[in-house]
Amino acid sequence: MDILQLVIVIAVLILLVKPLGTYVYQVFANEPSRLDRLYGGTERLIFRMIGLKQRAGMSWKVYALSFVATNIILVVLSYIILSLQFALPLNPNAIGGMEPTLTFNTVISFMTNTNLQHYSGESSLSYLSQMAVIMMMMFTSAATGFSVAIAFIRGVTGKGKSVGNFFEDFVKANTRIFLPVSFVIMLVLVALQVPQTLDPTLTVKTLEGAVQQIAIGPVASLEAIKHLGTNGGGFFGANSAHPFENPSPLTNVIEILSMWALPAALPYTFGLFAKNKKQGWVIFSAMMCLFLVFLTVAFASEKVGNPAMNALGIDAAQGSMEGKEVRFGIAQSALFTTVTAAATTGSVNNMHDTLTPLGGMVPLAEMMLNVVFGGKGVGIINMLMYAILAVFICGLMVGRTPEFLQRKIEPREMKLIAIAILTHPIIILIPTAIAFMTDAGQGAISNAGYHGISQVLYEFTSSAANNGSGFEGLSDNTPFWNISTGLVMLLGRYVSMIVMLAVAGSLMEKQPVPETLGTFRTDNKLFTVLLIGTVLLIGALTFLPTVVLGPVAEYLTLR
Amino acid sequence: MDDLSKTSSPKDSSLLSVSIRISILFMIICGIIYPLASTGAAQLLFPSHANGSLLKDSSGQIVGSELIGQSFEDPSLFQGRVSSIAYNAAASGSNNYGPSNPALMERTEASIKEWKANNPDVSIDRLPIDLVTNSGSGLDPHITVQAANIQIPRISKLTGLSSAVLQDLVKEHTEGRDLAIFGEERVNVLMLNTALAALHK
Repeated sequence: MDILQLVIVIAVLILLVKPLGTYVYQVFANEPSRLDRLYGGTERLIFRMIGLKQRAGMSWKVYALSFVATNIILVVLSYIILSLQFALPLNPNAIGGMEPTLTFNTVISFMTNTNLQHYSGESSLSYLSQMAVIMMMMFTSAATGFSVAIAFIRGVTGKGKSVGNFFEDFVKANTRIFLPVSFVIMLVLVALQVPQTLDPTLTVKTLEGAVQQIAIGPVASLEAIKHLGTNGGGFFGANSAHPFENPSPLTNVIEILSMWALPAALPYTFGLFAKNKKQGWVIFSAMMCLFLVFLTVAFASEKVGNPAMNALGIDAAQGSMEGKEVRFGIAQSALFTTVTAAATTGSVNNMHDTLTPLGGMVPLAEMMLNVVFGGKGVGIINMLMYAILAVFICGLMVGRTPEFLQRKIEPREMKLIAIAILTHPIIILIPTAIAFMTDAGQGAISNAGYHGISQVLYEFTSSAANNGSGFEGLSDNTPFWNISTGLVMLLGRYVSMIVMLAVAGSLMEKQPVPETLGTFRTDNKLFTVLLIGTVLLIGALTFLPTVVLGPVAEYLTLR
Repeated sequence: MDDLSKTSSPKDSSLLSVSIRISILFMIICGIIYPLASTGAAQLLFPSHANGSLLKDSSGQIVGSELIGQSFEDPSLFQGRVSSIAYNAAASGSNNYGPSNPALMERTEASIKEWKANNPDVSIDRLPIDLVTNSGSGLDPHITVQAANIQIPRISKLTGLSSAVLQDLVKEHTEGRDLAIFGEERVNVLMLNTALAALHK
């Protein structure tokens, strides 16, 4: 039954890829379609209100400037709301203002689609902050990432100078995808018992006559966009392990599919843009192969359980249940963990800090690779970056000029890609080292020994990959952690996005090279294997030593 | 912000103005209209779910939410999982003990010892791991069917209710896998105890 329920969810996902990928293509292809009749009216009104008359195409530079400017303005507005929440309406639980470094961390975290949370929602945010800052940024950061991914795809597959109009893409991502789909998911979740109210915390008298406080609020509306936008920030501290956020295995499956479906559909959308569906499936297969390996490790490791606990003489046949919920068991927990790290959502339905060593290594490794489906938009960009790298390496080996989608890959693109590839490990490993060398960093570790190394490494990897989950035992609400992870999240998000837009802009201006018999094909099984190999090679070269120091060492010493 | 106007060509002179307007507009649409419309629709269509699935006992008194676990000190009631926050649902979470953390072993060994003292008739190799581990939320409303069944000898002794009656009660409150496939079989402790309390009275 365990394996069967995993297979069914994966099968449903695969069935969703084609229709959803086609829909996303229709939304962004800027060709007249039936969708215009449905959404055109609303969108024209919005375009008029924001003063977007021509919707002229943008060069990659203007596109980058537009999304950075919009993000900066949203960050400033949100910072003001969080700081003044005590004086603003919709604060029935009388929550005070937020401390400045925590506010800095929180607004960066949500704008970068990371949703690392150094606060607990139920005790630190007013309902207005949950709505106008958290939910708002869940939409806008997802729409930003999605738009940039589409612009990148247009650049890699198109010709000319324009990668599209950022504001138009941003509006359409919201009006045609995130808002309507979130609303439907929200209703389904409420039907399955997720609360949605503006009433303050409940006080009830328990069966034994004690008083129990129950935090509640507009949970379902947040839960829907939290997953659809691969955001991951919970309404409550316990995130999707909380019975109000995720009351049943069925809601668990719905949440898994809502975070997974769009990133999984994007390779198909890419195939449609490239006018070569096989090319899209090649990228998808590479992602899925890696995913299945990770899922197997996570499931097996959690099912076998913690050897120290198993030695206590109790019936441990269920597997490692520390930090997990009974309704989900091992299968639904392992699947959620593998998907949330793959799609860089960062929501959790079990506590990652309590995972067995190899089980905890899975989300860590997925975030280090950052290409197994990947977050809203970013995953496909990263995977295509590795595809270009794979073409380049193979081209060098056979002594030909590398080409990808009939464009020559030349030093300018490779230099930019090198920047993008190196940024990720640099912003993980250097801050991790600094944390170990300072009291402010070390002091936060709550699990001594090798597991402590994993805690710190996980925190920065999660920030750099814009995932947002954590080994939450880490006492990370201090100025050191708020500022350091804030900076890592910023760099992790914007450096690679801007650099990869530059790559797209540069590829776009090249003369297409006609395909010949000698052209190295990138749309067959061989290339899938080469792509996976490149990803693993780069990942292993960069991160293997730290992974050995953390989870592997803990695994080997745990008896 | 000076940089913006300098780098923008005349055609894009409204880039900054569009950025500001789009930010404010979407703050209103996504941050105010969407959650308020959601709340309205949810309250209209599923009022009981939207307000936390509150549970009433036989006399109509609200005793909690069926989704949120409670701590049960009384040994004649079924007990739920370990909760580091003592089922205080104003917060949520666990103590996040890593698998190699000595505190995890200490806490679990203490739980096992307490179990032995309260349930001398059941050998510990039948004690399922979910009863001595902390749930992720600290609010887990469920235990496994096995975890409910092995508490029957103790509860039978303390309440005088026969094992058969209690077994039926557990069976009645066993929830199957969702759609017969997803998740695990489970028993809602608060609902089970509410029924037990009604029976006992």
